[in-house]
Amino acid sequence: MESTDIVEKLRKKFSDDVLDSYQHRGQNGVLIRRDHILDVCTYLRDECSMNHLMCLTGVDNSKRKATAAPCYERFEVVYQFYSIAEKYRIRLRAQVPEDDCSIESITSLWIGADWLERECYDLMGIHFDGHPDLRRILTPDDWEGHPLRKEYPLRGDGKWTGYEELKAKSKELSRFDFYQKDHEIGEHE
Amino acid sequence: MNSDLVKIEEGVKFIPGASALVGPLNKIINWGRSGSMWPVTFGLACCAIEMMVAGASTNDLDRFGIIFRASPRQADCLILAGTITKKMAPVIRRVYDQMPEPRYVLAMGSCACSGGVFDTYAVVQGGDEFLPVDVYIPGCPPRPEALLEGLIKLQEKINGEQGRWSQLT
Repeated sequence: MESTDIVEKLRKKFSDDVLDSYQHRGQNGVLIRRDHILDVCTYLRDECSMNHLMCLTGVDNSKRKATAAPCYERFEVVYQFYSIAEKYRIRLRAQVPEDDCSIESITSLWIGADWLERECYDLMGIHFDGHPDLRRILTPDDWEGHPLRKEYPLRGDGKWTGYEELKAKSKELSRFDFYQKDHEIGEHE
Repeated sequence: MNSDLVKIEEGVKFIPGASALVGPLNKIINWGRSGSMWPVTFGLACCAIEMMVAGASTNDLDRFGIIFRASPRQADCLILAGTITKKMAPVIRRVYDQMPEPRYVLAMGSCACSGGVFDTYAVVQGGDEFLPVDVYIPGCPPRPEALLEGLIKLQEKINGEQGRWSQLT
């Protein structure tokens, strides 16, 4: 069985969910609706021997050029699956709308999806329903905003209080320095 | 009698048989300090790889008395080797606060000096925003020789210091 056969099987079994499929440089991709993602993943794992979740990530399509590959919603969650036994792989692109930015968690199928989904939530702001511990993973716990969204400014919006407190504390402690500097911390000569 | 004194450093002499050094306190203490700078083993990003190379056999920091210590409580200087993220900054400050005085900070590489190419939401724009940096070493990453030069610059700085005792009246 080839991964193109799996695309055909998916198209047949989930005809309402599969929006589009494509092949690019020998890689098969399937665009699907998010609603039955758990069923699709269960089917891939149990019926198509896709036993390995290679990667799970999010995409913000808001600045995607019209000429690029099609997309249906602002956000996507991209799943890369691999069959260790059969040595083929497939890519799922679940479309997630902006107004209800959530999708079913697949941690019940692959426990390894735990941190990947946390990362996706942290940086993209996509909520994973049914995730056991949906906290931020890369940015500090009290961070505001989701940095990989296209509208997020490069230098951040607002200041993280944790770092501001640290700078204030450093300034306060600098008067106890063994050798007093000619200038204060954070100020350049 | 004077001719028997052994000169070991400018202004510092050794008295044979008496096991004694003669010289200004500043000189002797600074000489000892600059000859035993122990940096804390602490890497932040790719610059840490170059720092390890500088410590390995080709450049061999040991010959300058620079020995990496695995605990900040035994260390004299902190080498900021790599990109400092805002999340990491409080941890670095905590490591620094645990070091005994006198303590020194070297900013190694563009990121530790100024944030480098990472002018972003997550990266501190220079270690001197929250630490008193003594020596800045540019480069991306600096070659081991550049780190060595920075450490020698720090030795020069230490040698020129006036200790607290010299400020007593």
